[in-house]
Amino acid sequence: MKKFWALFFFFWPTVAIIVCAIAPSRGWWFPGAPMSRTGIQIDGLFYLILIIVTITFVGTQYVLGYALWRGATKDPREKAFFSHGSHKLEIIWTIVPSFILVFISLSQLDVLAEIRVISKFPEKSTKVAEVKARQFEWRIRYPKPGTELTTEENPGDLYFVNELHVPTGKPVIVNLRTQDVQHAFFSPQLRVKQDAVPGLVIPIWFDVLEVGTYDLVCAELCGWGHYKMKARIVAQSQSSVDKYLTQLTADQNADGTKSEAAKSGE
Amino acid sequence: MDVVAHTLLKDILQFSTQGFDMATVSPALDTHGHTDDHSHAHHEQSFIAKYVFSLDHKIIGIQFLMTTLIMLMVGGALALAVRWQLAFPWENMPVVGQLFGLFRSEGGQISPEFYTMLFTMHASVMIFLVIIPILAGAFGNFLIPLQIGTDDMAFPALNMLSYWFMWPAIVCFGCSFFVAGGTAGPGNGWTSYPLLSDLPQAAPGSGAPQTFWLLGLTLVGISSMMGSVNYLTTIINMRAPGMTLFRMPLTIWSMFITAILQAFALPVLTAAGFMLLFDRLNSILPTDIHSVFFIPANIIVNNAAPTVGGGQPLLWQHLFWFYSHPAVYIMLLPAMGMVSDMLACMSRKPVFGYKPMVYSMAAIAGLGFIVWGHHMFTSGMNPALGMTFMTSTMMIALPSAIKVFNWIGTIWGGDLKFNAVMLNCSGFVAMFIVGGLSGIFMAAVPVDIYFHDTYFIVAHFHYILFGTTLFGVFAAIQFWFPKMFGREMNDTVQKWHFALSFIGFNCTFFPMHLLGIAGMPRRYADPYLHGYLEHLLPMNRFITVSAIVMGFAQFLLLGNFFYSIFRGKKVGRNPWNANGLEWTAPSPPGHGNFDIAPVVYRGPYEYSSPEAEAIGQDYILQTVPHVKGVPKLAKH
Repeated sequence: MKKFWALFFFFWPTVAIIVCAIAPSRGWWFPGAPMSRTGIQIDGLFYLILIIVTITFVGTQYVLGYALWRGATKDPREKAFFSHGSHKLEIIWTIVPSFILVFISLSQLDVLAEIRVISKFPEKSTKVAEVKARQFEWRIRYPKPGTELTTEENPGDLYFVNELHVPTGKPVIVNLRTQDVQHAFFSPQLRVKQDAVPGLVIPIWFDVLEVGTYDLVCAELCGWGHYKMKARIVAQSQSSVDKYLTQLTADQNADGTKSEAAKSGE
Repeated sequence: MDVVAHTLLKDILQFSTQGFDMATVSPALDTHGHTDDHSHAHHEQSFIAKYVFSLDHKIIGIQFLMTTLIMLMVGGALALAVRWQLAFPWENMPVVGQLFGLFRSEGGQISPEFYTMLFTMHASVMIFLVIIPILAGAFGNFLIPLQIGTDDMAFPALNMLSYWFMWPAIVCFGCSFFVAGGTAGPGNGWTSYPLLSDLPQAAPGSGAPQTFWLLGLTLVGISSMMGSVNYLTTIINMRAPGMTLFRMPLTIWSMFITAILQAFALPVLTAAGFMLLFDRLNSILPTDIHSVFFIPANIIVNNAAPTVGGGQPLLWQHLFWFYSHPAVYIMLLPAMGMVSDMLACMSRKPVFGYKPMVYSMAAIAGLGFIVWGHHMFTSGMNPALGMTFMTSTMMIALPSAIKVFNWIGTIWGGDLKFNAVMLNCSGFVAMFIVGGLSGIFMAAVPVDIYFHDTYFIVAHFHYILFGTTLFGVFAAIQFWFPKMFGREMNDTVQKWHFALSFIGFNCTFFPMHLLGIAGMPRRYADPYLHGYLEHLLPMNRFITVSAIVMGFAQFLLLGNFFYSIFRGKKVGRNPWNANGLEWTAPSPPGHGNFDIAPVVYRGPYEYSSPEAEAIGQDYILQTVPHVKGVPKLAKH
């Protein structure tokens, strides 16, 4: 029975490793490849930590299992090994992990600065829209075509709900704010997340690499309907975005009468 | 209550005149002689005085233990309801669904606002009414006087009050379920971020339920604070002769450090709670208090009039996490201390690196105060702070790693006893490794940007709070049960309980890492509304089934616990052949604990030492005088 319990502690980390190994093929992994440049960097850092953590996990769990196995298989007449510890070992297992941990934190700094420090935002980025969260939807405000996005609303601004159109292939800035409680802008495929805090306007930037439709969900508890703040980010070429905004302008200005162009077309 | 106040006053007077004699280690019996009011050993006590409003630390500890075990089942039931919704969204719950239907949503179905209440109250009950009181309240109370060799706590009346302040808190938390006419309870998460928790119009449960929740939080805070003052005073002043600081068991060190954490961090939470109450007050009562600590201007919630203010919601997050991150260590350190004691005893070996263990606990506590910002990496605070908090958070992994290596070193080469205590302790170490390592992903800010508020976090903190702390508690219950009740628990049942809990636990929480990697956010009543999460339903069903198995396994523990109180095998003073002072007292100890006043000659972990061998045992009690003819040990 002793051996059974020692094996028990070998068995479960093995199962855990196998589950992790087959997870990507079963769809229990990231929701697709990262679709932004910072997303690729985030995934790279994730895999770096994953390698370090996996080695540590396997090492410590199997040493624990082996320590139990030794106890389970030893001669019962043999006494326990009397020791109060080892100064040398303590120093080794203080210094080695501390170097690894410092290495991990230093490796994060550049990416962190790139994502979050406003003065390090890409120079050629354009402010495309303001995203204003409210219970339980995302209100998108585009500046009037040809004008700059400002914090205040301007006449001619274009509004839409739960759908954000952004151009691909270049960094874009979105001003994030909330009308009521706290929300969080989370796009799993783009690996972007930022809380929308009442009273603050927080700029976030990302560049979408490929044309497509990506999820935008809420990641900060905002009330009973937290789960249903479902929106999408439509990434398309700049010309398609322009066309969309022109259409949006037309829709917004439509007054019910048929326009001259439509009349002449009949 | 007059008697209580009188006793309390006497306690304080006694300590102000003679208690703080720091020059010598004050002998227990001198500072707390038998002339005291509360030494009732010689006269008969009524049932109420003995078992209900008791001043005896052992009874208070057992009261805490029983209460928290009941609350554990309540919190577990709430968790299973959460799991039901995630596995079978919008389907009627079998059996209990009818019960919910009595006072809530339609026909036993979980409504979204009910769901937010479920996870809020699951966390609140588990954290404030189970984990914190079971460690500090139950084991702290029971073990501190016994392990340092004194007859009771420094302030017995304060001690009793700390237990009885739990009950108003439980009543407040309980009321919060029902005060909104049964439509919704507090549903703002245990973190209660404003403005959701600040403006009553923000959510169905943000009115009266949130107020009751805040009152409950304040009351458990008062209870903890009274406990920690008491523990600090007792440990500093009332150790038995010869019990120097570095001869204290690691359990006592951990309780001491935990009490310091509580005493310094808790006032911040209490203050923040009152700030939130003041913010809310004018909407609840017709008062002139119109504070706007957390309310900015021009916020329109639920089509109400725009707010007037100039407050900052981020302030709450800073204040809340300034308490609640140290609180994570309050929920962990005592279990670490107790497991160190138990592993040494079950391996028949001294704790590997006793002093590094003490220093690493102190380091965890110290660093614990400067890492709170890692809960706020996506909150919009200054990114420079993010870098600082990332580095300090990485550094706190270091003392944790040292502790893991020392525990493995303690087991290494030992004469292992494979009972359920040992298995639960080994499970504790194994689970702590997982919880610690998954923490590194979240300490790294860029990676955390993706993982923040996903199920990866849920997996991580359950590995720490359940996998680590509760497995430590399972071991501790069995280990100190003989001292509490004079009988032992059935080891075979405990092994089954361990196996089912351990397998159930890992099947429940390990896959949650994968849910997090797949991007499933926390606190979603129906994640499958989103296309990219639809395929996770089978995994969530598997998790729910595992959680149910794990939940029902706890009945083995409860059954064994209550059966053994009355029918367990009777045991003597020292059933585990352990070294600590508590094992020199009778089982269970009478009022005043020790029939022979203990004098301490050595540290608590001298298993298999040359001295022990000289007297033909593999252990040597701390009270045994130096054995002649054996060279004294070199200092470590």
